[in-house]
Amino acid sequence: MAAPIKPDRSEAIFEDYKPALSEHGALLEANRCLYCEDAPCTIACPTGIDVAQFIRKIATGNIYGSAKTIFESNILGMSCSRVCPVEVLCAGSCVYNELHESPIAIGKLQRYTTDIAFEKQWRFFEAGEDSGKSVALIGAGPASLACAHELRRQGHACTIYEKREVVGGLNTTGVAPYKMKADRSVEEVAWILEIGGIDVQCGVEIGKDISWAELEARHDAIFLGFGLGPDSVMGLEGEDLEGVQGAVEFIEEFKLEQVNLTGVEHALVIGGGNTALDMVRELVRLGAPRVSLVYRGSEERMTGYTHEWAAGKLEGVTAHWQTQPVAFVGDEHGKVTAARCVRYNADKKPIGGTEHDIPADRIYLAIGQGKLGALVQGLEGVQTQWGCVVIDEHGATGRAGVWAGGDCANGGKEVVNAAAEGKAAAQAMHTYMMGEQ
Amino acid sequence: MPDLTSNCAGIISPNPFWLASAPPANSGDQIMRAFDHGWGGAVWKTLGTPIQNVSSRFGAVHHKGTRAIGFNNIELITDRPLEVNFREIYEVKKRYPKHAIIVSLMVETREEWKDMIKRSIDAGADGLELNFGCPHGMCERGMGSAVGQEPGVNEMITSWAVEYSSVPVLVKLTPNVADILPHGMAAQRGGAHGVSLINTIKSVIGVDIDNFVMEPRVAGLSTNGGYCGKAVKPIALHMLAELARSREFQLPISGIGGVCDWRDAVEFLLLGSSSVQVCTEVMLRGYRIVEDMIEGLEVYMREKGMETLDDMVGRAVPSFSEWGNLDMNYETVARINPDLCIGCYDCMVACHDGAHQCIFPGEGGVRIPIIDEEECVGCNLCQIVCPVPDCIEMVEIQNGYAPASWNDHVNDGATLRPKKGAH
Repeated sequence: MAAPIKPDRSEAIFEDYKPALSEHGALLEANRCLYCEDAPCTIACPTGIDVAQFIRKIATGNIYGSAKTIFESNILGMSCSRVCPVEVLCAGSCVYNELHESPIAIGKLQRYTTDIAFEKQWRFFEAGEDSGKSVALIGAGPASLACAHELRRQGHACTIYEKREVVGGLNTTGVAPYKMKADRSVEEVAWILEIGGIDVQCGVEIGKDISWAELEARHDAIFLGFGLGPDSVMGLEGEDLEGVQGAVEFIEEFKLEQVNLTGVEHALVIGGGNTALDMVRELVRLGAPRVSLVYRGSEERMTGYTHEWAAGKLEGVTAHWQTQPVAFVGDEHGKVTAARCVRYNADKKPIGGTEHDIPADRIYLAIGQGKLGALVQGLEGVQTQWGCVVIDEHGATGRAGVWAGGDCANGGKEVVNAAAEGKAAAQAMHTYMMGEQ
Repeated sequence: MPDLTSNCAGIISPNPFWLASAPPANSGDQIMRAFDHGWGGAVWKTLGTPIQNVSSRFGAVHHKGTRAIGFNNIELITDRPLEVNFREIYEVKKRYPKHAIIVSLMVETREEWKDMIKRSIDAGADGLELNFGCPHGMCERGMGSAVGQEPGVNEMITSWAVEYSSVPVLVKLTPNVADILPHGMAAQRGGAHGVSLINTIKSVIGVDIDNFVMEPRVAGLSTNGGYCGKAVKPIALHMLAELARSREFQLPISGIGGVCDWRDAVEFLLLGSSSVQVCTEVMLRGYRIVEDMIEGLEVYMREKGMETLDDMVGRAVPSFSEWGNLDMNYETVARINPDLCIGCYDCMVACHDGAHQCIFPGEGGVRIPIIDEEECVGCNLCQIVCPVPDCIEMVEIQNGYAPASWNDHVNDGATLRPKKGAH
């Protein structure tokens, strides 16, 4: 059984960055939608939600139908409405952009509908007739949840094995709280599980508590949705000083527990991806008076989303571009005091004689997460590349009966990608299992 | 889940949503695609001697940034060979046996009616619709609304059709008449199994003010067309309700005119339609709108505890009465919810210039209008212009007067409350 989310954790103070629409606001926005055919927003959505249709249904007052349209494509439609980078997906493809007008606020409208569906406790799906087949899903994150839900609609029994005590994966432990908090993610998991027949076993680690051989003996198929590993490390001198920490680890800490930034003067975040951009904005909200990004590339070439960085800048975050730490400096108590950095040229190569210290009392490394490909070593035929599980377009690995999806296969993408991959794999697994008979 | 099965004059369809006889029901390919989207029936685009059309054919009223709140056309009946139409009707009916296919017809002589009816039924039509409504082009040739405006002719042709038909016959009525009832009665006397209404309204959709030509423009000329779309719904609802509440008129009705979504359809059903026909919204948005119409109707029925359409058809008809029967002692006043008001003062200007001058600016710098309830006549205008849902409420006032209508007052001397706002 999953552990409850504590009400007094640090993220509880965060407010929504994009507040919920009122009924009036939703109607105004829904009526602005052009109801495009073969709509670019739907094409841009990895789960292919019929955006025009769900928005028209808001406009006619058919919120039940609107929600059904969303969840039919994406059972994680509630969390996706909050965490999706709509600026580069559906809303980024809205034809209003061609008119240089604001695109339809698709994420907000989806949130409007799905929030009502949750509030009214609507249920749209029932488990299929018992197929007699059983599937093991490794990890209780978005990919496994989407996969299990789809499998249940086909009547297959599902067991999710999760090594942690919390469910929901990064949706629970990793999402910026100004988009969605941990309790909302856990609520979504419970809502998905209400289809019934999905057994979630927390605190079970593969290779320690149960072996692949046991899993294969117990189940007809396996879905790998174990996500990514801990924060990557830089291997620099001083990395073990107090005050130097991985960003993903710290995010999980303030989402589930209490953190204390009292007395902190200057926090640095190393990296230029979306975790780094979440991290700087979160530090501002947690009360760090000065927050800076340190990135070896230029502002133009950072891998994080432009819209996220624009928001970070507005919130007062500064940046040291083309700058890379070479060591972390500490005081006599073993606490970090600065990042020793060098300047990088446009090719991300160090420039000689540019060594300088940036004073900092907290440094968070957001340079990526480790890959867990090694976990599948006991599964002959399952290939890995750069630590990611190799799959085909249906999520199949090189071993019969084993599928994969989400971050462990795609290397770390959005929740909506995990949802799409989990669902697609379920459909292929269904064909595989029923074809066996 | 409620049962949406519709029975309109003996024509059964899986739901009450039919395509109206119009461009979206022009061919077998279109109608099959519509059925795949969920439409329950289709009234095939009117068959008769195939015509030739002009370009352009359509015009629209765009209003304050919303496109095509009203629409008109000068297109005529089918321009496709009859044998092609009949072959396709046969094919569609064979592939979609549970869906309703109603064939719309418009010809002149008794022999032509006989022949077309036989061919339609041979092709598999579940019903016929006599097009006595088209108000442009065809009426100049003595058909369409030229028939529908003459009760005697309507009755005669209807009786021919009923004589030759072994399937239900609907008469499609034109709204281009002063009173719909004599025309509905003519169809009833002719033996029709039902009527459908309204056809389009004779209209000029607009004028090109740079070129001094009416729209739609055909070279340097234009002509009157048939007005339809959301804007005509109130006219359609009125004619529907007039027939539905008549004691003499007893036929089932298929409602048409401005149905764009499930709410519109519910209104038509509540005023006595047993099926609804849609054209303009499909022309503007495609067959895909029916998914929401079906779902919306199902959810509505479930919430209201209705199991079949019989639980709702005509349910609002008894509320349609004469003005003389309205309770004159029923008193309401407007109340503004200060927590919701955004201070636009649209209610104030509307009241001052268009109603009874009882809304005043807020005091002490607070932009929340003040209503003088002693002067408020309860007209609703402020509530209609208010942009914020539920901000202005019309509240009933207990004035101590027993209900009394104008008729009660004139006939029995019933006491009326003092007039308000009449200075």
